[in-house]
Amino acid sequence: MRTLNTTKRKTRLSNSNLLFMIAGIIFVLMYGFALISYPGSFMHFQTFFDLFNLNSALFIVTLGLCVVMISGGIDISVGAVCGLVTMACAMFLQSTMGSIWGALLLALGIGTAFGVLHGFLIAYLEIQPFIITLGGMFLAQGLLTTLHKNPINVTMPAFVALRNFTIEIPWLGTVNRLGFFIPCEIKPGVIVVVVLVILYAVLMKWSRFGRNVYAVGGNSESARLLGINVKRTMFFSYVISGLTAGISGFVFLMTTGAGNIGNGALFEMKAIASNVIGGILLNGGVGNLLGAPIGTLTLLTINELIRAAGVQSNLQAIVSGLLLYIFIVLQSIIMSLRGRRNFRFALPSWLKPHQLQDEKKIEN
Amino acid sequence: MSRLKAYANRLSHLFLPLSVLALLIIINLIKGTDYFSITMVNGAFYGNIPNILFGASELVILSIGMTLVTAASRGQDISIGEIGAITSATFVLYVLNAREVTLLTILVGFLISCVVGIILGAFNGTLVSVFKVQPMVATLILFLGGRSIAFMIDGKVSPILANEISNKIGTVIPGVPIQTPIILTAVFIAIVAIVLKTTNLRLYVESVGINPNAARLNGIDPKKIIFLTFLIMGVCSAVAGFIAVNKAGRHDSVNILKFIMMDAILAVALGGNSLAGGKFSITGSIIGAYTIEMLNRTLLRLEVNPEAIKSFKAVFIIILMVIASPVVRVMVKKVLDRAKMLYAERQADGLNNTVVSITGTTGKKED
Repeated sequence: MRTLNTTKRKTRLSNSNLLFMIAGIIFVLMYGFALISYPGSFMHFQTFFDLFNLNSALFIVTLGLCVVMISGGIDISVGAVCGLVTMACAMFLQSTMGSIWGALLLALGIGTAFGVLHGFLIAYLEIQPFIITLGGMFLAQGLLTTLHKNPINVTMPAFVALRNFTIEIPWLGTVNRLGFFIPCEIKPGVIVVVVLVILYAVLMKWSRFGRNVYAVGGNSESARLLGINVKRTMFFSYVISGLTAGISGFVFLMTTGAGNIGNGALFEMKAIASNVIGGILLNGGVGNLLGAPIGTLTLLTINELIRAAGVQSNLQAIVSGLLLYIFIVLQSIIMSLRGRRNFRFALPSWLKPHQLQDEKKIEN
Repeated sequence: MSRLKAYANRLSHLFLPLSVLALLIIINLIKGTDYFSITMVNGAFYGNIPNILFGASELVILSIGMTLVTAASRGQDISIGEIGAITSATFVLYVLNAREVTLLTILVGFLISCVVGIILGAFNGTLVSVFKVQPMVATLILFLGGRSIAFMIDGKVSPILANEISNKIGTVIPGVPIQTPIILTAVFIAIVAIVLKTTNLRLYVESVGINPNAARLNGIDPKKIIFLTFLIMGVCSAVAGFIAVNKAGRHDSVNILKFIMMDAILAVALGGNSLAGGKFSITGSIIGAYTIEMLNRTLLRLEVNPEAIKSFKAVFIIILMVIASPVVRVMVKKVLDRAKMLYAERQADGLNNTVVSITGTTGKKED
């Protein structure tokens, strides 16, 4: 009792933060392992930035899906919508009236349209999200193949300039064998990722909408009894997911510069896997939004590690599946131990400084 | 009459799949009246209906397993195609390594593939039941890695299954007018029906799906039941893989049963089952699976652009789910009730008028 009176009582770590912390620790360990075992490739900052440069679309898709997953739903159409947007924007840019702002608007429009469709059907007509977004996925894939079957390479000068535009970081870089200093480069897509991460994190953490999403995901019935508009919250979570998928399509096009049928394929599965690694559960109500980028980074680091290790391409899928298995089991074990209250994420009692003092006081 | 009504009530969950089936048949009949015609080629029936039964055989078997998994674990197994690919790879491996291919070899190979399916099902089932992982996430692991495993078992080629018996299993046994996959599917459905009729599986699965805690308090272990459904799913995948590989005649680990989990989940939903677990109807799922195959073939028959088939399918699915959604149903019921009331009122008014007119005429007569 005395300890309680003298020190501030420690608030129990929430499930979201615990899972996020696990994801963060795993990522740091993973990257540390990569640095130690393959210093040749991982010691360069550019390797780290390339994870972002080449996969910015995946990061963005994961963010949108994260909001839906926290609200307790699922959106498996994101990859297909992303692919559709790349193709539509590429066709628009290649046409005579193409302009970058128009393409951006088109991307946002397509994404929002899909989001509104899903959101309305799922929230207001109470249809199962899996089936509706599956329908949306088929719709987007069908539209994609109907639009154009062959890859389109965008040759519009303004867009090519945007695609090739890179931001150099002069104070970071490597010196190559000839003694030239090569500064690190980041693509504009990375800035979009960073801006969106900050925006969404603020949205989920401090806005009314974000809190409503957590409440609805945790228990939609009690959220309704508390006076939260459950349907509207769900509707907007799907709209946000669709909108983000649209943005990611545009960013994808900015990275590769070509519209292709295979664009964004299996993004939904990768995004779900990243979110799960990042500690966002499919049940809803649990998860920190910052877990989404951390999870994606972990997934990409795993792939990069396997590639660096020179494993066969067949084994790559198996190994990444195995690592995913380890993550999932680890998370599950920690959560179940916590459920039994045997596990406390805190220092053991004999290491706590204030308690030692207290004991001394008692002895005195 | 009341018995008939009770029977109709029991069939009410089949309203959605059956009405869709009827709609598709009508569309097909409008397109051409020879839809039901069956021709005899080399002593076997061919035609639109046998083709649908033939093409949907794997999907039907998988949707049965998917129904059970969905009902018990409140989630979906997305690795069924990959499990099928692995089991059929082991089957092909065994058959190709055997010195001579007899019926026994095929049977032993099939049983081995079933065992592999059970092992893989146990892998998924352990994750879901013991580690309490959501089914979709748990099966994501095999979904990502499964095809690579199948490819490694194959020895990085796609082996050709060229023997008499496989050919017969994949197409027709001489002297039997029905294609063999249809017979195998029918046998499988019969076995499932017998199991559900004689055991308590349905009761247990439904109670676990509706409320696992209540089931546990009543002495049903939800973990065991969920684990069991995943084992059944593994067997279903193995059977589907067996049929698929015999149909194709070669094991193409990249394309065999690719993305079939989407169709299987769709079949479950079309069958009027909730994807959130609980009560289930296997009949509905089977009809749903045949409906999906029929929809695919109808779109081909209507000469829809092959690139656009997926969009048409999506629009069809979305419209269907909107019609079947509880909110729309309640709204339609309200509108119908109001119409009925209006009708009744008008009829009552009309009756009064007639009464007045009758009394009027009688009055005149009295005069």
